[in-house]
Amino acid sequence: MSINRLQRVLKRHSYLFALLLLVVALLINFSLQANLFALTTINRNLANSLPLMVLVVGQTVVIIGGGIDLSVGAIVTLGNAILATRIAADASPGDIGLAILLTCGAGLLAGVINGLCVAYLRLQPLVTTYATSFIFSGVALLILPRPGGDVTRDLRTLYLSTPGGIPFTLWMVLLIVVIWLLARGTRYAQFLFATGGKPDAAYFTGVPVNFVRFSTYLWSGLFGALAALALTVSTRTGSPHVGDSMTLQSVVAVILGGTRLSGGQGGVVGSLIGVVILGVISNIISFANVPSWWQTLVNALIIIGALVGPGLVRLARKAVAR
Amino acid sequence: MSAVDLSQNNTSNGSGRLSFMRRLSPPVLALILAVILFFAGGLVNPNFVSVTSAINVVRLAAFLGIIAAGQTLVILSGGEGIDLSAGGVVTLAAILVFRLTNGENNMVPVALLVALSAGAIIGFVNGIGVTLIGIPPLVMTLGMAGVVSGTILVVTGGQLSGKTPEIMAQWISDPLVGGIPGVVFFWLLLSGVMWVVLERSTYGRQLFAIGVNRLAARLSGVRVQRVVILTFTLSGLLSALGGFMLLGFSQIVFLNLGDPYLFPAIAAVAVGGTLLSGGKGSYWGTMSGALVLTLIDSLLTAMRARIPELGEAHKLIILGVILVILLSFYGRQRSVRQ
Repeated sequence: MSINRLQRVLKRHSYLFALLLLVVALLINFSLQANLFALTTINRNLANSLPLMVLVVGQTVVIIGGGIDLSVGAIVTLGNAILATRIAADASPGDIGLAILLTCGAGLLAGVINGLCVAYLRLQPLVTTYATSFIFSGVALLILPRPGGDVTRDLRTLYLSTPGGIPFTLWMVLLIVVIWLLARGTRYAQFLFATGGKPDAAYFTGVPVNFVRFSTYLWSGLFGALAALALTVSTRTGSPHVGDSMTLQSVVAVILGGTRLSGGQGGVVGSLIGVVILGVISNIISFANVPSWWQTLVNALIIIGALVGPGLVRLARKAVAR
Repeated sequence: MSAVDLSQNNTSNGSGRLSFMRRLSPPVLALILAVILFFAGGLVNPNFVSVTSAINVVRLAAFLGIIAAGQTLVILSGGEGIDLSAGGVVTLAAILVFRLTNGENNMVPVALLVALSAGAIIGFVNGIGVTLIGIPPLVMTLGMAGVVSGTILVVTGGQLSGKTPEIMAQWISDPLVGGIPGVVFFWLLLSGVMWVVLERSTYGRQLFAIGVNRLAARLSGVRVQRVVILTFTLSGLLSALGGFMLLGFSQIVFLNLGDPYLFPAIAAVAVGGTLLSGGKGSYWGTMSGALVLTLIDSLLTAMRARIPELGEAHKLIILGVILVILLSFYGRQRSVRQ
């Protein structure tokens, strides 16, 4: 009875396991790094993590809708290239606004291409978005062939500021959470979860399955562009491979956060926790003085342990039931 | 005219040429495309159409094709099957052979055996994780890829000392008989073995069965978990074999030797008409897919040599567009309306 109830709660709040993991990881990190919860440390860590936190929003929506987007890293690179070439050191607010609009437009266009291919041409998402990632990286390379750019310092100052004693980046994270919680109550969200969970049943009950699938890639394109904005503002430069590593990281963070790859379940809050966990793990490794050659392995083992965790719990429960 | 014929006419209405192309089997279509691409290369660069360059393209495709063999099996097994640890295993196998032989010809068999065992063990662990613990293949193998590259760093400490035995270059990448390198003959041999395994063995029948419908396969007596574990083990083994072959070509190892082959191998499987949802496909398809992808790459390189304005950026864009077009020919999935 109580186990059943626990299962129900876990199913409704898929991020609970991630939250538990986060608490443990934070405690370990705190024991190694006493100033972890100081404002400056939080600000620095969040400044590093925010681009990926923005990026996982789109990836989560796509995965809930039953797809996957392996082009998000390339979209970040594309956005980074546009922003780095468009925003100069002495850029006026008008220039900056235009550059941001252009970047969001490019991200949405990339999303339209992915969405058309996956939803209407019915191509397999994994290979298709891998293929389109070449197109986006290519365009990024056309715009910015060599690393460069000198994005205005003002934006970085704003990015690192602490309005009301709370880091600007934390405000942004809170904004994402609030938007997600509001969005979850809408009809669109119902359609999204239905499309990812049981597309056939959803179709027969009148859900515009193809349109919902299409729209998920618009979200990942838009949030890819916004992630590029966060990244470019904090690094102040552009680089042709800057987004490459973010694609698989975004997928790992989404899964760590309790969203299943099979779709129809999960949420953005878990994915955000997933990103924080990834950051805390790398923090722990650098503060625990792990020899540098061991870092990759330790990192991979911890992540695999975190991913295996829920599966082991399931296995144990099955064994007990027997 | 039966009702079935009518409905087929309806679906292909207005796109006669497309429906004709779809009626060709994907491997044949990919092969035709490969031949067209090869001669199209002649328009760009007359030197491209020659026996030497044809042999070179097939040689490059052979490495990709061998690495993609295991991926074909895993994808055929269905259940979102994919092996993202293949790139890491390729690197690991090459490094193992590089270090263990240290240039000694008579150490090659032992080193090959160690490399294949390592690949098989990694694949076996993947299989256990996917079946017994119930981790999605993408997640399990992605995690494993990290563990493998982490282990490589720990063991080597970044110092990749060793030497490739001369015999490997002679037998694998240098011309063996009639100007054709050994790896091409080996690829043909492997394709024969893969055909027997897929089309004429109990394992092959069970693999297709679990790829189509796991529940139905289980109810008709297939031990699904056992077949999945075996499939991942074979995938690890074949990736290690690919790493061994690749070492014979590259002669040196580096820490991400196998990574550039991971996604092209998956793309080769998809372009060859194997359904990524499993249960339908062939190794012939993967072979033609590997040929097409290698040709596109060589062609774009040849074009760049001819047209200086064409940069890396254009190459990437063209490659992406061609991949999407190829996938849209036969990589299409079922519509929700059906």
